[in-house]
Amino acid sequence: MSLSRRALIKSGVAVGGGLAVAVWLTTERGKGSAELFAPNAYVRIPAKGPIRVVVGRVEMGQGTATAAAMLLAEELEVDPASLELELAGADRAYDNPSLGFQLTGGSSSTVTSWEPMRQAGATARELLKEVAARRWGVKRSELTAKLGVVSHPPSSRSAPYGELVGDAVNVTIHTPDLKAPKDFSVIGKPLPRLDAVEKTNGNAVFGIDVQVPGALVAVLVRSPVPGGTLKSLDDAAAKVMPGVKHVVKVPQGVAVVAQTYWHARQAANALVVEWDAGPLATFESAALRDTHRSLMQDASKRSRVRDDGKADDVLKAAEKTLSAEYFAPFLAHAPMEPQNATAHVTATRCEVWAPTQGPGLAKEVAARITGLPLEQVVIHQTFLGGGFGRRIGQDYVAEAVEVSKAIAAPVKVVWSREDDMRHSFYRPSATHALSAALEGGEVKAWRHHVCTQSVLLQVLEGFVGGLLPQLPAAVKQKAADMAKKVVPGRDSTSYEGADSVAYAVPNVAVDFTRHEPLVPTGFWRSVGHSHTAFATESFIDECAWALGKDPLALRRALLTKHPRHLATLERVAEASGWSTPPPDGRARGVAVHESFGSVVAAVVEASVAEDTIRVHRVVMAVDCGRVVNPDVVRAQLEGGAIFGLSAALKQQVTFREGRVQQSNFHDFAPLRLHESPRIETHVLPSDASPTGIGEPGVPVMAPALANAVYALTKRRLRALPLSLSEAT
Amino acid sequence: MISFTLNGQKTDVDVPPEMPLLWVLRDVLHLTGTKFGCGMALCGACTVHLEGSALRSCITPVSAVEGKAVTTIEGLAPKEAPHPCQRAWVELSVPQCGYCQSGQLMSAAALLSAKPEPTDDDIDTAMSGNLCRCGTYPRIRDAIHRAALLAKGGRP
Repeated sequence: MSLSRRALIKSGVAVGGGLAVAVWLTTERGKGSAELFAPNAYVRIPAKGPIRVVVGRVEMGQGTATAAAMLLAEELEVDPASLELELAGADRAYDNPSLGFQLTGGSSSTVTSWEPMRQAGATARELLKEVAARRWGVKRSELTAKLGVVSHPPSSRSAPYGELVGDAVNVTIHTPDLKAPKDFSVIGKPLPRLDAVEKTNGNAVFGIDVQVPGALVAVLVRSPVPGGTLKSLDDAAAKVMPGVKHVVKVPQGVAVVAQTYWHARQAANALVVEWDAGPLATFESAALRDTHRSLMQDASKRSRVRDDGKADDVLKAAEKTLSAEYFAPFLAHAPMEPQNATAHVTATRCEVWAPTQGPGLAKEVAARITGLPLEQVVIHQTFLGGGFGRRIGQDYVAEAVEVSKAIAAPVKVVWSREDDMRHSFYRPSATHALSAALEGGEVKAWRHHVCTQSVLLQVLEGFVGGLLPQLPAAVKQKAADMAKKVVPGRDSTSYEGADSVAYAVPNVAVDFTRHEPLVPTGFWRSVGHSHTAFATESFIDECAWALGKDPLALRRALLTKHPRHLATLERVAEASGWSTPPPDGRARGVAVHESFGSVVAAVVEASVAEDTIRVHRVVMAVDCGRVVNPDVVRAQLEGGAIFGLSAALKQQVTFREGRVQQSNFHDFAPLRLHESPRIETHVLPSDASPTGIGEPGVPVMAPALANAVYALTKRRLRALPLSLSEAT
Repeated sequence: MISFTLNGQKTDVDVPPEMPLLWVLRDVLHLTGTKFGCGMALCGACTVHLEGSALRSCITPVSAVEGKAVTTIEGLAPKEAPHPCQRAWVELSVPQCGYCQSGQLMSAAALLSAKPEPTDDDIDTAMSGNLCRCGTYPRIRDAIHRAALLAKGGRP
């Protein structure tokens, strides 16, 4: 979603100190003080010392801090590498304009920073030039700004920005225009990440590293079945263990508060707790696929979300049809930094330090738990040790605030890896049924039926109810009812990518059946695309083999009206050597998919030895519009590939009697270095506005790999994770 | 009281002997560069050096380092003269979220001191215990080769 300049100016006014004035401006006035020039939300120029870029999106590895600095520097006319990073806390000035609240997700950071950050830089630069113009009695148009210095070439006068700051609050200018792309000197050129030094010497502060004077550490024991409630507690042994300060009941479970994490963990292990398991008590994920199958037979539960032509009729009349069913399991995000948050609640103030993707949501949660007005809640942002959508949830923030409130002292809540695996907001499990009519060597009809949980429904419920378990049940029910009205079987996050299938098939129908087994679900890197693309890109491959056509050639033929798809496909075809035989014992598979506004194509080269699939080489191409930092784009593709391959080869979360069976990295395993392929990335040039890059590398990996395995073994793997030893 | 040398400084801690070194470093000495990831030596985020060799501090009782030399990411090299691995990591923009990178760097530095010119197979063996959820592995591999070159005084 693009942001108009007017909207930008509007948001740029709401800076600091809770000041939230929203008025149209066609002029810009200097703001801040004589020591610190703060003309808008995104830049801080002190009289002395380095200029700071305020990073409004959270930095969770996706490189948004470096991109923000580059966009600002382009117009501010400073060396982006000279900028210091300041992570914005919760403030409406940093609301994500595509969402209306302060959240980092949906691969939206560059998309939504593209104009505001440049405008912020241009405005600051022109205000400083105006100061110099008045001081020297010359026209602003005669001045130049370069590398943080304003110069007047005719008189050889110059002043670094810092020297002009003192008078900057007194000047007003018309909102300046932005550079034409042909004049970019920073945007589009690779720049080493600005957070790399502190992330390689131990200095970077993640949430778990926050040190608040006097803070204790809390470990929570939660119901092993999500949604369960405390039945009985015997804390006699735990309470007297060394270092233990408190054992308190909070809505999320039982908190053991101690001097250190280790003391708290030891004591938590000594608690004797019984739980009422709640509504998930009998849930068995092994039975889910059969449940999906029977639900999908019930026409009354089905929503048709796309209907081009007469797919049903054509399929019924077709002489040759192809049908296949695909399955995707629940998945955890498992970011390397376990969930955590630090809170200090007093009668008049609540401070929170948290690695959250939603500082604004954290503020709301803290205000509701403490009963304090929003103005008395302060959220400090830290680096995130991975996010992948997990930290859109604010459950760890709620826990820290509850515990701090209960013990009237600052406290850091730290989860174990086991806690993280067992109390996540999981990528929903999904079953996909696809049929195609194949006639005259062509795909005449395509029908795709998705059955899965709604992510959005739970999030809507969660924002009001689930995050705040202390609310009365009646209030939670009301919130749930409201959410259900908002999502009448049409939560696009459940079937996105299926409904937008790009192939030129004359008759296309896409159906969605919602099933709610009450498993906590959330946004997992690439969301619905993470499973829909597995189905669509595997099935088009099946169609190609059934028609006796080359899988890449069939895609090419059906994508002639989608130039971005075609271009990425052609690039990976060429770079991977698609038309030449693969090395002995290997085969190639291809996939192409659009998500978050970007198109990614991939060719995966794999081999099989004793039923073990090994990926040797991945070639990827992306069209993500205009690129700010090509090196960060490449890094996101590389990371997306490994994230996607980890899920494709190894990962699933299963439930027995409502309990998550996995616990740590031995049974929910990401790929390791020695299992990782060579990855080549190709970033296609584009003059279009930027589109997403954090997520689009993920969806293509599972189908490209499954397609390679088929090419090699003639065995079609239709369930994730891909396994040659298990029947599918 | 348990005594050991930490980043070149004599250090005394009054903690139970079975307390893992990781939590002594993080919660007692407030050196937070060493990370908690799994608690079971599965991910390598907690990697430090014990007498120059890589060690998973999350499963190492502090009593095991009594009288020995422990180095953490904070002590790997002086800020003004970073370790070749740190230089290579920055040059190639290895970190994404960065959380696992202290452990990656400590494993890589231990590898380079044992094998100054590691092969890809050496890197596979030495680095397979360090997980990265952001998927920085291809760059880690490249950066280790680069660091080997930098350590030999190769062109910066």
